[in-house]
Amino acid sequence: MTRYGMVIDTTKCVGCMDCVVACKTENSVPEGFNRDWIAYETNGTYPNLHMEIRSERCNHCDNPPCVYCCPCGASHIHERGGVILVHHNKCSGCKACIAACPYDARFIHPDGYADKCTFCIHRVEHGLEPACIAVCPTRCMHFGDLDDPNSQVNTLLQSRRSSSLLGEAGTKPQIFYLT
Amino acid sequence: MRELTLTRDNALIDPSLQIWGWEIPLYLFLGGLVAGMMIISGYFVFKGRHKEVSCSCVALPLLGIVLLSIGMLALFLDLDHKLYAWRMYTTFQVASPMSWGAWILILVYPALLAGMLVRLPAFLTARLPWLKTYSAKLTASEGATRTVGVVNMLLGAMLGIYTGILLSAFGARPLWNSPVLGLLFLISGLSTAAAFVHLVSRDRHESMMLAKADNGFLAAELALLTLFLIGMVSSTRVHSEAAQLILTGSFAPVFWVFVVGLGILIPLFVQTLAMRGRIAHTPVAPMLVIAGGLILRFVIVYAGQVSHWTKTALTK
Repeated sequence: MTRYGMVIDTTKCVGCMDCVVACKTENSVPEGFNRDWIAYETNGTYPNLHMEIRSERCNHCDNPPCVYCCPCGASHIHERGGVILVHHNKCSGCKACIAACPYDARFIHPDGYADKCTFCIHRVEHGLEPACIAVCPTRCMHFGDLDDPNSQVNTLLQSRRSSSLLGEAGTKPQIFYLT
Repeated sequence: MRELTLTRDNALIDPSLQIWGWEIPLYLFLGGLVAGMMIISGYFVFKGRHKEVSCSCVALPLLGIVLLSIGMLALFLDLDHKLYAWRMYTTFQVASPMSWGAWILILVYPALLAGMLVRLPAFLTARLPWLKTYSAKLTASEGATRTVGVVNMLLGAMLGIYTGILLSAFGARPLWNSPVLGLLFLISGLSTAAAFVHLVSRDRHESMMLAKADNGFLAAELALLTLFLIGMVSSTRVHSEAAQLILTGSFAPVFWVFVVGLGILIPLFVQTLAMRGRIAHTPVAPMLVIAGGLILRFVIVYAGQVSHWTKTALTK
């Protein structure tokens, strides 16, 4: 089985927002909305501060509450790589999936349906990387099969310390941040 | 210190969720009210007392149909992809409380219609005399009549509990994530339905009976509300901080004054005095109960959307 995921190196990310612009262009994300975004997190007490910059998006969780709560079967787990997608022509716009997501990764597209990151599955199915990763100038983002022990994402996870967002929410996110 | 800045600014998502406006709390209130009406009328039908209570068994089923339809209209207005609303009825998603709700609503209508046939309102029989035939067939069998009562009580309980489970199943919103919410909304629905009969029934005996029952429901609601808050405060930090939104935060004035004070404590006090003959019965008490039930749904829906795993964790 293939299980797609991302590994993002926070020590390399400079928050340039190229990934954000690439996503908007590639997926025609409407004005005023973002499928991916940058998080700047500062911890500590001055002068001992530590700053982390992260490129964030839908975590394509392995235990996805957005899929479970959907009354129409529109939110679903794609057969390829466990990617979480939305059938636009099944979505009633009830917004349950938005309430269910602890990452607030979803929004209502101006056309009425729930929208979010797709891991650029239309590119991945043609052997390409997601648009955000393809344009990253520091090459801090990596996409691959988490079920393949020899994949680059797994090699990175085995060799570096990593964390995922809100693991305590229990959704088993599939994006990992190298720290 | 922990400071988090996001470049995301999605409409209705940031800075805090505002996806559900007045439509959802209104629907949850009407759903709960109709659930209460079904249980009350179902109880009298089951007990074979439908001939002695005119309001509960004549008005409530028909009114239930009207109020539930208004609620479903509100639900429809909330949908952002309205042309695809029918998609809910092409599938049953067992893990989705909303899917359960959609199908429960479909079952509730025939149950209410059957409840209405047990004692038809006079203006309906005048306009649609053929209804009398069906009514006579139904009431000829005591077993069938009692079944209608049981089905109404069961579906009413499912409808009332579902309105709470709908919210409590969202683990991402800490304030909603309590199993008590289903029972709280059910009892609040029963309380508002009893208050409604107390308010409108012209039969003094029926009115007093439901006022007495409402005192019990209000006391139970107060206990459940307390349990809900104890559960929240004694849970994780995100849940405890979510509870502070209604205990001491921006929603606290509305919660304490309109939900707890005017919505539960004062009507409970006034109705207890009236039951004991210390003061005259006043329609103000049931009116406050009904308003309190509506405001409870507004406070829970709005504050729940503000409650969050990340944002609450950032307050310290």
